[in-house]
Amino acid sequence: MILLDRVSKKYTRSEDAALDRVSLHVDPKEFVIVVGLSGAGKTTLLRLLTREERPTSGKIIVGGIDYDKLKDKDIPLLRRKIGVVFQDFKLLPNKNVFENVAFALEIVGVSNREIKHTVPKVLSIVNLKGKENNMPRELSGGERQRVAIARAIVRQPRILIADEPTGNLDPKHAWDVIKVLEKINRYGTTVLLTTHNQEIVNKLKRRVVTLQGGKVTSDRANANYKL
Amino acid sequence: MQRHFITLWRIIHTGIVNFIRNLSLAIAAIAVMVVTLTIVLFSLITSATFNDTIAQITSKIDVSVFLQDSDTSSQTNQLLKQLKALPNVKSIQYLSKDQALKQYEAQNAGNTQLLSAISQTSNPLPATILIKPVNLNRIQDIKTFLTKPSVAGLQSDPPSYSGDRETAINKITHATDILREIGAITVIVFTIICALIIFNTIQMAIFNRRDEIQIMRLLGAGTAYIRGPFVVESAIYGIISAVFSIVIINSAFLAASNALQASSLGLLDIGYANNYFDSHFWRLLAIQLTLGIVIGAVSSTIATRRYLKFKTK
Repeated sequence: MILLDRVSKKYTRSEDAALDRVSLHVDPKEFVIVVGLSGAGKTTLLRLLTREERPTSGKIIVGGIDYDKLKDKDIPLLRRKIGVVFQDFKLLPNKNVFENVAFALEIVGVSNREIKHTVPKVLSIVNLKGKENNMPRELSGGERQRVAIARAIVRQPRILIADEPTGNLDPKHAWDVIKVLEKINRYGTTVLLTTHNQEIVNKLKRRVVTLQGGKVTSDRANANYKL
Repeated sequence: MQRHFITLWRIIHTGIVNFIRNLSLAIAAIAVMVVTLTIVLFSLITSATFNDTIAQITSKIDVSVFLQDSDTSSQTNQLLKQLKALPNVKSIQYLSKDQALKQYEAQNAGNTQLLSAISQTSNPLPATILIKPVNLNRIQDIKTFLTKPSVAGLQSDPPSYSGDRETAINKITHATDILREIGAITVIVFTIICALIIFNTIQMAIFNRRDEIQIMRLLGAGTAYIRGPFVVESAIYGIISAVFSIVIINSAFLAASNALQASSLGLLDIGYANNYFDSHFWRLLAIQLTLGIVIGAVSSTIATRRYLKFKTK
């Protein structure tokens, strides 16, 4: 489902590589956690997968799409296949909660009837019922995080990338979010999660990929958090 | 087909909603657009008014051909026919000896001494043909025709454009041409300045919302779907500004015609400008709407471009 073959990314020539010959293979329906300190390259990795950045070298194939052969005009089509929960939420400030989630469906041409049917369901999964008409600025950090998750899962993507989705949440809400991720993983979505949260990693008992200084230093199944 | 319709409807709907939600930004942009579009409208009306003044001056210029008393009516008719056939002749008017005298008497009605002197002699005035040219710059065509020996022989005196009047006509023609050009250039320059100012304003408004564009890009929205609402929003700015500019000029004519006349130092025929505005109201409104919508839409299309680009390195 996700294949990275000796992928490197350098932002400037003089600087050390943000990612250094990283190879990673994620099977369909797998749940993979990427751990690492700040600056280890986690976010760069995710930005490469969403084609926000291009690798300096190496090959990336996601869902059968070879990024080397991907034309600019096809990038939106790729991004529609991937659900992303961004670390900084990236909610649209001029749209309310309902519209933010609905936007992900609108861009793929889903009918208004279906949107009215689907969006409330997803909002109730992330416990945001009753907040439909609130603007993002009226929400707490945790609530914004959950809107971002609702938006990422509403299209039922084959791949879900979540960048520190529990970073701004208290332990209870953090677990609610993880449960949502596990749930959609059970339905068949491949999940790639980056986190700092040791407790979550240890409880999940999933495959853990550790990044240090831009390199993969360990890749173990059913692993615990270890740096 | 239905999907395209839904997309189009969503783009328009989102544009309108965004316009309402970003009202403070919209008001700032509209204020700038109103001022610039009003200047363009004003320059349009001023240019039209100057052109009318020029037309009035040039319409008073004609060429008088004085005929010999001995010319037969068939010779005169022949000449009239030939003159009519010339391409640069707009109209001709024939005055018989009697008509010429009556006109002369009417023109000099206050001068009793002159009139009594004339009445004591037989009619000294020749029959006259008044020619109005289409284009003053090409008056030479008529002159060449009139100096042909066969035509010159029919005339008692040289045509009246000769001498000082010809120089005056040339000067006026030259001046009016320059004034016309100045009018047209002014309108074009103001339109360009207006377009640049509006472009800058819309660019600033879109710069403030660049994150929105980038987020939509990340979520997989297509170019048209992201850009569309911005174009609709800017077109709404254009429509509102165009209407406001028309209202402002209309109010100025209604409330301050006299003040305008005074402030233009008599150079501008405010009465004509007012009439021109009234009689061309719908056309001017259409011009303003087109300018506002086109400049708004093109500006937002260009301004969103840089935020829609994908990273190539």
